[in-house]
Amino acid sequence: MSFDSFLQNLANGISLGSLYALIAIGYTMVYGILRLINFAHGDLVMLGSYFAFYGVSMFFLPWWAAFIFAVALTAGVGVVMEKVAYRPLRDFPRINLFTAAVAVSFLLENLAIVIFGGRPNAFSRPAFMDKMLNIGSVTFVSYTPIIIAVSLVLFVGLILIINHTKAGTAMRALSKDIETTGLMGVNTNKIIMFAFMLGSSLAAVGGILWAIKFPQINPLMGVMPGLKAFVAAVLGGIGNVGGAMIGGLLLGVVEIMLVAFFPSLSGYRDAFSYAILILLLLFRPTGIMGEVQPEKV
Amino acid sequence: MLYKRLLNIGLALITISAVLLGCAPETEETGGTEEIEEVVIGVYEPMTGAQAAGGVQTMQGVDLAYAEKDEVLGVPVRMVLVDNRGDKAESATAMTRLIEQENAIAVVGSYGSSNSMAGGEVSEAAGIPVMGCSPTNPLVTEGKDYYFRACFIDPFQGRVMAKYATEQGFDKVAIIQNISQDYSVGLAAFFKQSWIELTGSDEGIVSETSYQDGDQDFTAQLSDIGDAQAIFAPGYYGDAALLMKQAREMGFTGLFMGTDAWEAPELVEIAGDAAEGAVFSSHYSAEAATTPASAPFVEAFEAEYGEKPSAMAALGYDAYMLVIDAIERAGSFDPEDIRDAMAATENFEGVTGYITINETGDAVKDAVVLEVRDGAFKYISTVSP
Repeated sequence: MSFDSFLQNLANGISLGSLYALIAIGYTMVYGILRLINFAHGDLVMLGSYFAFYGVSMFFLPWWAAFIFAVALTAGVGVVMEKVAYRPLRDFPRINLFTAAVAVSFLLENLAIVIFGGRPNAFSRPAFMDKMLNIGSVTFVSYTPIIIAVSLVLFVGLILIINHTKAGTAMRALSKDIETTGLMGVNTNKIIMFAFMLGSSLAAVGGILWAIKFPQINPLMGVMPGLKAFVAAVLGGIGNVGGAMIGGLLLGVVEIMLVAFFPSLSGYRDAFSYAILILLLLFRPTGIMGEVQPEKV
Repeated sequence: MLYKRLLNIGLALITISAVLLGCAPETEETGGTEEIEEVVIGVYEPMTGAQAAGGVQTMQGVDLAYAEKDEVLGVPVRMVLVDNRGDKAESATAMTRLIEQENAIAVVGSYGSSNSMAGGEVSEAAGIPVMGCSPTNPLVTEGKDYYFRACFIDPFQGRVMAKYATEQGFDKVAIIQNISQDYSVGLAAFFKQSWIELTGSDEGIVSETSYQDGDQDFTAQLSDIGDAQAIFAPGYYGDAALLMKQAREMGFTGLFMGTDAWEAPELVEIAGDAAEGAVFSSHYSAEAATTPASAPFVEAFEAEYGEKPSAMAALGYDAYMLVIDAIERAGSFDPEDIRDAMAATENFEGVTGYITINETGDAVKDAVVLEVRDGAFKYISTVSP
């Protein structure tokens, strides 16, 4: 492989990886607080892209207003989801929450099929995201740097919120011990709701960017990104936001490079990515950035 | 205790009577056909999921056929549609439901060869005849006594496109296949085989790569194609549309070649300008009518849906009519008799051409080559087997 095509593949990999990363940081944040693998996270990605799609095609909003509308609406869905499906189960064994998450995921997918229809829709890009750019011999479309930049900015923003705000401090405290934090005068319901709002917004942004990169939306489009983001989160050490970012980028680049270096093995792309995951977890069960956490009693 | 025992006996009685009632087949009455209130013809198609456009288009044709012919041998037909979601496991479940719960005496379907192969295992074991509308992989009917189809098969379709490529003077072609779909894998292999027969070697195939169901990023596969003049991508319309878009974004200027699963409006809606000029083989074009039945069908279809019928719709229409035809010729609602009549179908006047079912259960028919021009599918030529 020539150096040019290596750079081209690297650019493609980073572009895909930063989308995985963006979805994975929302995933991992919710896990960090509630120890809940929110299977419906991928479906929030789908909802985000559909809301943006309808904002533009049905309400004729300009693209930026449609995107804000989509993020706000998806955040609302996330908050309702937490209140209706997860909060009543919080004090029950974790398997109940887990099952509820799977149920919410199926519910959202099937509701979407009924409401939006089963056939895929074409998502149109804003014109400035559809320009061809060349840097040296590397060709890409203008959405690529935008996706990478948005992912980075949101990642840094999230880190700032977690480390430098009151709500962030409360979130970190909650992740250690929900009950004790409540006893310290923190309104735990409110903080968890805030976390879901943040997580769902990130999912919505991920969904919109996903639809810009792959302009075909359908009710089951969230399944694959959700799964990949979960893998990215585990790879990086689940519960760790920085880890999810690294895990996502790594997964994207590895997926592209595997196919680029071994075209004849391209049909086994996922088999290789998951084999790497298994190997990594064998030698480092907590993921790249994860810390060993003492079992809570 | 006594109360509990009575309750148990009661429950047992209810269960037994339910089982007995549920098992009684509708056709078991002694007096022959007069006492049958209805017969069920099942349809299984992908109405949701990644292949939904294919299923929806097919159903336009099936619905039209059902509206024209909703009784057979004097008995009303009840048509039952089950969504198989374009998924292998769901397809087997859908077929089971049609046969066991709905007591279908014959089934129509399905778009997608993998769906049909999964459903075919169930119908074969139950002995219920199935008429496929558009599944083109040879394995759908191979070794199956109860599966037939109204369309040609992929060795022919692969040859049509390989021939087209060589006639264009191409000597560098890349193949990108969906490894999760039997349809796509089969076509890629048949294309390559024909290419080798036509050019004498496989040197012209400069790249062969794969992707899977659900993949949306094809940039790595596309970076392998080098200076190929054409890409043959026998996947479904959704994958193909994204692939075209990404290929153009990466600077590819050659020709996209595909097969009948490209024929869905979504291909053009999603790919936009990138699809312009793409060429693919299909079953039928409303512009090239073949039998006396073709013109009235196009007219009725336009009156109903306000658009020209697609190949999938035309095949759906033919598949339903073939089932009705077989029941009429059999003069019976016994699945065995219907199967024999289906196998003996000869020169049936379909809207997609004259249909004769051969010894493997397939129809031998012409293919058409279509081109995307100004966002619509335009007829270029007809190729005979």
